Amino acid sequence: MTAEASTREAYGNALVELGKRDPNIVVLDADLSPSTMTRFFAEAFPDRFFDCGLEEQNMIGIAAGLAASGKTVFASSFAIFASCRCFDQLRMCLSQMELNAKVVASHSGITVGEDGGSHHAVEDLALYCSLPGFTVVVPSDAVETAEAVKVAASTPGPFYVRLSRPRTPLVHSEGYHFTLGKAVVLRPGKDVTIIAIGVMVAKALEAAKVLAKEKIDCQVASMPTVKPLDEGFVLQAASDTGSIVVAEEHLAHGGLGSRVAQVVAREKPVPMCFVNLGDRYALSGKPEELLQTCGLTADGVAAAVRAAVQRK
Amino acid sequence: MLNHSRVPPDSASVATASGPSVPALREMARRLRRHVITMTAAAGSGHPGGSLSAADIVAILYFKVMRHDPANPQWEDRDRFILSKGHSAPVLYAALAESGYFSMEQLSTLRKPGSCLQGHTDRNLTPGVEMTAGSLGMGLSFGIGVALAARLDHRGYRTYVLLGDGECQEGQTWEAALSAAQFKLDNLTAIVDYNEMQLSGWTREIMNLDPLDKKWQAFGWHTIDTDGHDYDQILAALQEARSTRGKPTAIIAHTVKGKGVSFMENNVRFHGKAPTPEEAERALRELS
Ligand SMILES: Cc1ncc(C[n+]2csc(CCOP(=O)(O)OP(=O)(O)O)c2C)c(N)n1
Repeated sequence: MTAEASTREAYGNALVELGKRDPNIVVLDADLSPSTMTRFFAEAFPDRFFDCGLEEQNMIGIAAGLAASGKTVFASSFAIFASCRCFDQLRMCLSQMELNAKVVASHSGITVGEDGGSHHAVEDLALYCSLPGFTVVVPSDAVETAEAVKVAASTPGPFYVRLSRPRTPLVHSEGYHFTLGKAVVLRPGKDVTIIAIGVMVAKALEAAKVLAKEKIDCQVASMPTVKPLDEGFVLQAASDTGSIVVAEEHLAHGGLGSRVAQVVAREKPVPMCFVNLGDRYALSGKPEELLQTCGLTADGVAAAVRAAVQRK
Repeated sequence: MLNHSRVPPDSASVATASGPSVPALREMARRLRRHVITMTAAAGSGHPGGSLSAADIVAILYFKVMRHDPANPQWEDRDRFILSKGHSAPVLYAALAESGYFSMEQLSTLRKPGSCLQGHTDRNLTPGVEMTAGSLGMGLSFGIGVALAARLDHRGYRTYVLLGDGECQEGQTWEAALSAAQFKLDNLTAIVDYNEMQLSGWTREIMNLDPLDKKWQAFGWHTIDTDGHDYDQILAALQEARSTRGKPTAIIAHTVKGKGVSFMENNVRFHGKAPTPEEAERALRELS
């Protein structure tokens, strides 16, 4: 079994590290600090932590006011409330004002699990990627989360960082260095490229192992920076491997798959297949059960790869 | 041109502090109103009604009460004016031009391609504008962030947020009201331009807010009811806000939409419609 770790715990710890180094960091939460793990920061730096209560719209406005006054702001909630509930505020206060605030949301996707459809943020990437100026990051694991949070803190402008509820498999080892805007090749291959994010990265690696036995040689890459997209990598992958599969824990429209397809269609059309949640909401269940039901599995990725390769 | 001040007015008594006299401020408000008419007429669109109702408050803030420096719009200790009701941009632009943030000629570029004066305020384009607004209900939250930053940085600046009464129907305004009281932001003042009208009619008939002062009080604010066209009352209210400790202050400024132009007063038609050239001429005659 691969080792697992929590991305939100990694976030909480990274915030404390940042807080020690930079007195300018301010953290906001909306009554979810025990879950988003901003509570670590709240305990270490109570003067620089503000719980905004159940007021996500207000929290984004406050973040903007602080950022406009020179603070580096982190604002956290569950991904569903940090996207859908406050979209107009994200648009006006962070995107249009181009302010230095980082929304880091835990509990994205269906791996929220038993809480059910109301709590599954499966449209957040579409929403955030639609906003000019936002950098959108989906770390593949806890190691990358810690790195990405530090990079977000030192890179001006609005960020969205998407984290998970459950502990997730580690795909990077300690010492890994995160480069903003770059795809990360985790396995070389020549027949097809699987581009995955979040919990699907580990599934893609599993699928590649299975497919190797069928003599399908998969290149597997994670795309932690969903926006701006590493278009150079996408085009290189299209040229080198001739087909692309995109795997994400998100609805079919407006996420990483749409973004990669736009680049491929524009400059280097090759067969593509998509592993995602389609156009419907999931229900309650354990995270692994839900991934299974929705086809977000190594088998699901493998099937998509076979289909893509066949069309080459 | 009236002098703005980098020096805080004597905090013991704003009303009698040195600086422009009430007649001079009144004259400034008249100039702001004339700009509002000229600008919106030239643009052929815009929102004169809510600009005219706020003109006296804006004149007092920019030319008497606030510390600011047009030569250095980013001066860290400046008092902040946040126009939450972003559609009243014309009166703010007029005050900024009269203060010297940009030239008076630029006012005629309102809403035109390439202008730094957008239909609604844009902080990245206009010197002196603190907040990009236009989607109502967001300014008080932004003001809380600005006021919290003052506290964190041990700075003495004050933050003023101007809201519309219709805008107070937005839920976010009340989220913000709760949290400003929770955070005990006595360096924050909300001013409600209570002209009793919104876009399509009387606030009371569309979605009643009364008793508005009781609502703010229930949310933990100190409140002051004032006539928003009476200079002594406004000055006294701002002074009371300044000396109130431990909680934010909401000034409920009773105003008249379209104030200063007879046919625009209490006329919902001029909420979001510019005067025609003929109407502008009549209006300017009344404001001369
Ligand atoms: C969120 C949002 N909804 C609707 C509008 C359209 N709108 C612009 S002004 C206005 C009425 C505002 O009334 P009030 O706050 O009383 O402003 P004033 O009368 O002072 O102009 C409306 C509905 C908007 N700008 N933002």
